[in-house]
Amino acid sequence: MIVLENLRKTYATPERVSHALAGVSLRIERGEIFGIIGRSGAGKSTLIRMLNLLERPTEGRVEIDGQEITALSEAELRRFRQSVGMVFQHFNLLSSRTVIDNVCFPLRLAGMGRREQRERAHEVLALVGLSEHAHKYPRQLSGGQQQRVGIARALANKPRLLLCDEATSALDPETTQSILRLLLDINRRLGLTIVLITHGMDVIRAVCDRVAVIDAGVIVECGDVLDVFLHPRHGVTQSLLSESGLDAEGWRDVAQGVQGSLLRLSFKGASTLQPLLSRVSRDLGVDLSILQGSVGRIKDTPYGQLVVAVQGQADACARLPEVLRAEGVVCEELHQ
Amino acid sequence: MNFGNIDWPLIGEATIDTLLMTGFSLLFTVIIGLPLGIILFLTSPRQMLSNAPVYQVLSFIVNVLRSVPFLILLIVMIPLTRVLAGTSLGVEGAIPPLVASAAPFFARLVENVLRELDPGVSEACRAMGANSRQTVLLALLPEAMTGIVAAVIVTAIALVGYSAMSGVIGGGGLGDLALRFGYQRYQTDVMIVTVVILVIMVQLLQVFGDRLVARLNRK
Repeated sequence: MIVLENLRKTYATPERVSHALAGVSLRIERGEIFGIIGRSGAGKSTLIRMLNLLERPTEGRVEIDGQEITALSEAELRRFRQSVGMVFQHFNLLSSRTVIDNVCFPLRLAGMGRREQRERAHEVLALVGLSEHAHKYPRQLSGGQQQRVGIARALANKPRLLLCDEATSALDPETTQSILRLLLDINRRLGLTIVLITHGMDVIRAVCDRVAVIDAGVIVECGDVLDVFLHPRHGVTQSLLSESGLDAEGWRDVAQGVQGSLLRLSFKGASTLQPLLSRVSRDLGVDLSILQGSVGRIKDTPYGQLVVAVQGQADACARLPEVLRAEGVVCEELHQ
Repeated sequence: MNFGNIDWPLIGEATIDTLLMTGFSLLFTVIIGLPLGIILFLTSPRQMLSNAPVYQVLSFIVNVLRSVPFLILLIVMIPLTRVLAGTSLGVEGAIPPLVASAAPFFARLVENVLRELDPGVSEACRAMGANSRQTVLLALLPEAMTGIVAAVIVTAIALVGYSAMSGVIGGGGLGDLALRFGYQRYQTDVMIVTVVILVIMVQLLQVFGDRLVARLNRK
């Protein structure tokens, strides 16, 4: 488990003092995939670098599996870092070494014997599906393959934690999906805790269990990905969502002149798959028109969110939210 | 001009002297300049062992040595050269001033090569728990290898030129020959031959160097 307590990072230049982080506290559970999303300059990069102290906080503490890493000596910190894998946006591989030598590199640093290094390297290369490229140089591989080498290198030392610093931001959409599937697979097979930062909601939606939204050095929103997606509270979250095509306010454009009351219905899990709307419409004798909707999956959970206009007898309309809530649907009344 | 009068054995000897001067000076230049360049890089601002006083002192010494014209350095260093090489004449006498002039130059080239490397490599090393020594020896130097080889070639070519200048104070080699026969005795033919040999040497170095760099390059 990772506990971050009141992390602050300030940079003092002669002209002014800037706060990269202005008091961040978070808990990340063992085995989860935790996403941190924010715009560039929001502080996410600084934050993930504090989990292995590539950057030291000006104030606050970082505790990982009960060990206070902010209190470690340089030598202890280097040993600790060997137990944390990190994957980078631009891969950061050694261009002068072959794929397998790149993967052996952290093992060599850890003092492992040469034969064992090779054995372990072949294991992780098989895990990321690059066995046949072991003796090539990084420049002979595609971007996605290079990132797989980066992941294999990060996993070589059997880390307790994997940090992904914009790991898919330099890749095309298709390759991004395959790298995300790989991360998900690793998380499940090895039970490895993964913390990733990204500026894309699609990445969060594809793999994360929980998400924290960071803006101007503070966490503005944090929770289960599904809840944050369906009920974003903060403006930054809403605009990040609308950029990835999940605009919560799009109904306003079409709602003008529409009769009846407006409801936003959020379904998740099994209820998404039920023919709920047609049933309640029939039972209560109300008519529903859909003004906006999205249906899909967040990680493994199906979800749906609809904005509907309701018309019918006043008492039936009034009963509708209650009936839907009984079926596990979240109902919010909207006002134009 | 009469090329028939040229003392070819003497030219052969002078060519060998030039090769010896350049070769040994290059060896010592790399032995001194490579660590110096690495230290300059590591102690510079925002680097692993960033240390302002050390960097500024080293940087100052390097700049001073680089700003003294070689011909002056040659003369100023004579007492020191006698201590280091036992003589200030001939091939041995030319080596200390050549190294004193080329090592700071080479060190700056090495510093720049290291600075041009992707900072992501150092960051990845740090994240993997490498200490500074491991980062430099196992990652940065191998990554910088092609750049350093190119810097060695540039330095070698500069040394060929400088070694010719050491003829002024009796340094031996092709420059000495050109000066004594070509300039002082008006034997233009000797001058031309020495120049042609120097041009060939530099060309060979460059071609060989470019091939080596191309072979080493993995980027």
